Amino acid sequence: MLKYIANRLLQIVVTLFIFFALTYFILDAQPGDITLQYVNNPKFTKEQREALRRRLGLDKPAYVRFFQWMGNTLRGDLGESYQYRKPVMDVLLERAPRTIFLFLTATLIEFFVGYWLGRVLAWQRGTGLEYGITVVGAFFYTVFTPWFALMMIYLFGFTLKWFPIGKFLDVNLWRTAPKGLTANQIFINLLVTMTLLAVALVVVYYLTRRMNPYRASLIRWSALIGGAAIAVGYWAASPVAKYAGDILYHMALPIIVLTLINFSGTMLLTRTTMLETLREDYIMAARAKGLPERVVRDKHAARNAVLPVFTSLIISLPFILGGGIITETVFSWEGLGLTLLTASTTGDIPLVMGSFLFIGTLALLAHLVADVAYAFLDPRIRYA
Amino acid sequence: MTTAPAETAFHIQEPLWKIRLRIAWKGLKQSWALFTENKIGLIGLGIILFFGLMALAHPILMHTVWEPNIYDPFIGNDPTILQHPSPPSARHLLGTDPVGRDVLSQLMYSTQSEFILGLLAALVTVTIATSVGAISAYFGGALDAFFMRLADLINILPFIALLVVLTAFFDFGMIELALLIGILSGFGGTTIIFKAQALTIKVKPYIEAAKVAGGSDLHIIFRHIVPNLMPLAFLNMMFTVTGAIFSEAALSFFGLLNLRMSWGIMINTTQAAGYLLGGWKYWYLIVPPGLAITLLCSAFYLVGRALDEVVNPRLRRR
Repeated sequence: MLKYIANRLLQIVVTLFIFFALTYFILDAQPGDITLQYVNNPKFTKEQREALRRRLGLDKPAYVRFFQWMGNTLRGDLGESYQYRKPVMDVLLERAPRTIFLFLTATLIEFFVGYWLGRVLAWQRGTGLEYGITVVGAFFYTVFTPWFALMMIYLFGFTLKWFPIGKFLDVNLWRTAPKGLTANQIFINLLVTMTLLAVALVVVYYLTRRMNPYRASLIRWSALIGGAAIAVGYWAASPVAKYAGDILYHMALPIIVLTLINFSGTMLLTRTTMLETLREDYIMAARAKGLPERVVRDKHAARNAVLPVFTSLIISLPFILGGGIITETVFSWEGLGLTLLTASTTGDIPLVMGSFLFIGTLALLAHLVADVAYAFLDPRIRYA
Repeated sequence: MTTAPAETAFHIQEPLWKIRLRIAWKGLKQSWALFTENKIGLIGLGIILFFGLMALAHPILMHTVWEPNIYDPFIGNDPTILQHPSPPSARHLLGTDPVGRDVLSQLMYSTQSEFILGLLAALVTVTIATSVGAISAYFGGALDAFFMRLADLINILPFIALLVVLTAFFDFGMIELALLIGILSGFGGTTIIFKAQALTIKVKPYIEAAKVAGGSDLHIIFRHIVPNLMPLAFLNMMFTVTGAIFSEAALSFFGLLNLRMSWGIMINTTQAAGYLLGGWKYWYLIVPPGLAITLLCSAFYLVGRALDEVVNPRLRRR
């Protein structure tokens, strides 16, 4: 196992190197460079342009610059963003918490809803309910996201005024915020709360896994509700409750939209794997033993069918960093996706490379985690 | 003694292509029966046919009923209407856009290019993925490792993010975009699916038989493995079409593509002119293209889902 992990880590390093080289040279191959944005200025002479190019290191050949970038990156220096005139690392660290919190919450809700519905769907095969949910699910799965999000903003934010339109906080409220309180602190604290809650739930799930399904599900549900109540209570009692509430209120509509768009992917995947699992011999054996349908479904079929769904959850986690370009644009949520979009449209190569570094590294590590976790969950898989 | 050669001669008299056609027809009929068992596939097929008719109807309408300088999707303008955008009327069934062009004509014109984009991207994807999948499954070793690492490499990037970056830095038209999407998804995730399938074919007895009979590597790959990958290829084409149309629309919405007209561009025009949150009053600017993208994407997706049950025997109902 350790040898397998070491081997995979080595492969990851090689893959990342090739990936960075490819992206760097593709970005470099574009016509023109950053200095062209001043070219319409009559005071910007040719000499000045050359001086600027020299200062930014653009006069050197691309491969020299690539190895320089690589060396600096290994030393933890991602360079400076052309656009914001700040270190790329600062820009990314500022944007990361809001993106991670929004998309992590949405992804977890979406997987929960999708898994639950997919289980029902596989059991209701061939009924009108199945066709109905599948067609509705396919509609949401393939809906043109910007259009759908705008319709939702229009309906709930503009006409009904239930939710705020755009941005992640109310500027007027935050003007009165105590000195030193930043939105990022709240985002990070919320993330910590959520992680603790998730760990607690996993522990409860693990402890109850051998119990009678009825009792286990009762304990799990009460743990979920109790844990959520404690978390909410803690935040409501804290002095920054007003500001955290403001952020959560702004998050509600994006989360609803993301859940609606994404749940059917999980739902249809769960249905497919459930249907495949149902043809296994052990399901027939369980039925022949006279077990109730609910036990066959929840304990025998669903637990085996959850494996691919779990893998897809882990693999989808790194995409929350960059996959939210459309959502972040439509909701003016200034996270990593929107940063990547503006960086690429303005030719801010250091920032683009920095975002890709984040996304690429996390994606490859998530693949490794998914493979290793799979071996623990499914005893049939062994890595020699 | 005399009857036996006559009988063989009778069988050979029928040309080989006729026999092959008959077998293919029989297989098709069986698959169709399985396909129609699932109603969601038929719903999808119906929607695709509807859009196909729309695409075909546009040139006919332009030549007969619609006056070119009023209904042209790029430069048309109706001078009898004072204020554009104008709501749906008898002359313009879906109204006119902020520049005075007929929305229905734009919608129907774009349908053609969406079909071309989707099908071209799907064709490129499937051609690459089938050949690469079959070759790396058959030969294995270093070649296999190379293609699989390449697939991982493409897989780790969010597709839309990569397209956003590439289209922001380079000028892309419809054909280039179709080729790019085709190449990316062909060498990316799709290859892995095809390789897995090709691996199960490689160990079948008829491959061994072909080898014993002296078939060359290329002969075995392209005459024995690839034809057996075709059902899977057909299925994957449907999902690629969905992805391609969606990607084009999203990129056009951001204004990153150099296209004259598409459904995404229609939404982008509406947004650029500031009518996006103008209320239900301007629904005819945003609902038709948005709904068209969604419907066509989900139609191909539904057909793909239904084909999945035809191709994958484990999903069939007993």
